[in-house]
Amino acid sequence: MFFLDISLGSVTIPFKEVYTSLTGGQASKSTWEYIIINYRLPKAITAMLVGVGLSVSGLLMQTLFRNPLAGPDVLGLSSGAILAVAIVILGAGLLPSFLNTILLSPYGIVLASTLGSVAVLMLVLLVAQRLRNTMAILIVGLMFASFTSSIVGVLTYFSSAEQLQKFTFWSLGSLGNLSWTSIVVLGVCISFGLLLSASSIKPLNALLLGENYAKSMGLNYKRARLIIIFATSILAGSVTAFAGPIAFIGLAVPHIAKLTFQTSNHAVLYWSTFFYGGIIMLFCDIASQLPGLDTTLPINAITSIIGAPVVVYLLMRKRNFQ
Amino acid sequence: MTTILKTSNLSIGYKSKRETVIIAENLNLNLTSGKLISLIGANGIGKSTLLRTITGIQPPLSGNVFLNDKNINTYKPLDLAQNLSLVLTEKLPPSNLSVFELVALGRQPYTNWIGTLTQTDIKKVQEALELTQIEHLAQKKHYEISDGQLQKVLIARALAQDTPLIILDEPTTHLDLLHKVSLFKLLKKLTHETQKCILFSTHDIDLAIQMSDEMIIMTPELIVQDEPCNLISKGSFTTLFKDEHIIFDAEKGKFVIT
Repeated sequence: MFFLDISLGSVTIPFKEVYTSLTGGQASKSTWEYIIINYRLPKAITAMLVGVGLSVSGLLMQTLFRNPLAGPDVLGLSSGAILAVAIVILGAGLLPSFLNTILLSPYGIVLASTLGSVAVLMLVLLVAQRLRNTMAILIVGLMFASFTSSIVGVLTYFSSAEQLQKFTFWSLGSLGNLSWTSIVVLGVCISFGLLLSASSIKPLNALLLGENYAKSMGLNYKRARLIIIFATSILAGSVTAFAGPIAFIGLAVPHIAKLTFQTSNHAVLYWSTFFYGGIIMLFCDIASQLPGLDTTLPINAITSIIGAPVVVYLLMRKRNFQ
Repeated sequence: MTTILKTSNLSIGYKSKRETVIIAENLNLNLTSGKLISLIGANGIGKSTLLRTITGIQPPLSGNVFLNDKNINTYKPLDLAQNLSLVLTEKLPPSNLSVFELVALGRQPYTNWIGTLTQTDIKKVQEALELTQIEHLAQKKHYEISDGQLQKVLIARALAQDTPLIILDEPTTHLDLLHKVSLFKLLKKLTHETQKCILFSTHDIDLAIQMSDEMIIMTPELIVQDEPCNLISKGSFTTLFKDEHIIFDAEKGKFVIT
């Protein structure tokens, strides 16, 4: 799947040439080699990181909030990123001009969405420590999301068509345009988040019986909850920062894993979500740049077009949805 | 017969910034091994508060709760989980857990960081399934079985946790008479076969009188702990409900409505 993703794109490159350039050899055209090493390979790696990160964080949220509709976006992290980016792109006229030059560069947007996610992360952790009720955290996240969409609505009202287009493109998500440095940063964040998630497998299993049973089985609930929220924030926050708000994967992939494996054991679910996430995201990336298409479609459109029917199909086939 | 849980001059209730609500004072209860003990009292009398306090979830207003001679509020969560297990009334969240997996979760206080079951763990789970006679359900999903069976599964989970004390919060609600009786019989059998102490709250007073080794009666005035026949001769049941139409018939050992 990984290889296929690299092989396909708007410029047709023979499979053999792809293989040669990946293994370090000289491709027969130097432009091909350049495209593969500096464009397609980073994109494929990003796709996998994004898919794995979002899917695993979705799994954590669904168990923590005991809600099958939860996804990485429920904590409001992507809302935070959206808000920060919206302020930078749409509210550019309101900011001092020297800031504009920094902020409107590609890195400016990454910086803004990182800051947005981190700010909300801090807020969520603060709320999580003060609130006893886990459902309240969910509501705070949802409130923040609707707060964000209103602010964005107000900002779009005052912005030019060009600004709007730029913001819309960002909000459709993008796996490309990441430098190798960005990929390393993203990779480190995702790995850290995945390690934290793996350490939460046992607490997550305990939480299947609810908070009170989990506590009675010796779980330090507050600490476990904090680790789970932190892991999700790192995973979803870093993905949103580098690839934009990518919808649906975080919600759908855990369900695909649960429905195909028919289990709630997180030791199984963790790995199945992990691999499904990577593979499905690669598949979406391939679909967004099918041969014959001159342009690359926005990744967000593809994730929902592919994901929604798959989940509905699995639901219809296996009726005992839990 | 050894004491497992003991309270000394325990006062229970709630403390907020503005006021302190005392539910009961000077409680000296004594729970010993191999005994089935029921806790009865009218709705809203404070049964749950008492259970929350003696399980260490809520701090006492004053006095102490000792579990195996150690103050319950000084236990680490993991140590406490190895000495006390619970069966709660709350509904389980939706999941795909099978009966075996659910019972095996009771082994969490003993398993490693990722929850791998060792041979000992699997043996304990098997024993719990056998004691509660639900081996045939082991591979079923927990949402596929009846309420009565689920209650047994939850008891099996508590057994697998391998603690000297099990506390159940109203295990017989939602069950019909047949299943209530079989559940009481199961609890009685478990206390006698495993020498555990089982404390449960219930509203099925008639059955509790017949089946329990000891009873704890909560009334607004006082809380008493004794054997059922002694409580009947002392007339403790007559003060249970504040209603002149509900009278306790000491000869029949049950409540009658006039």
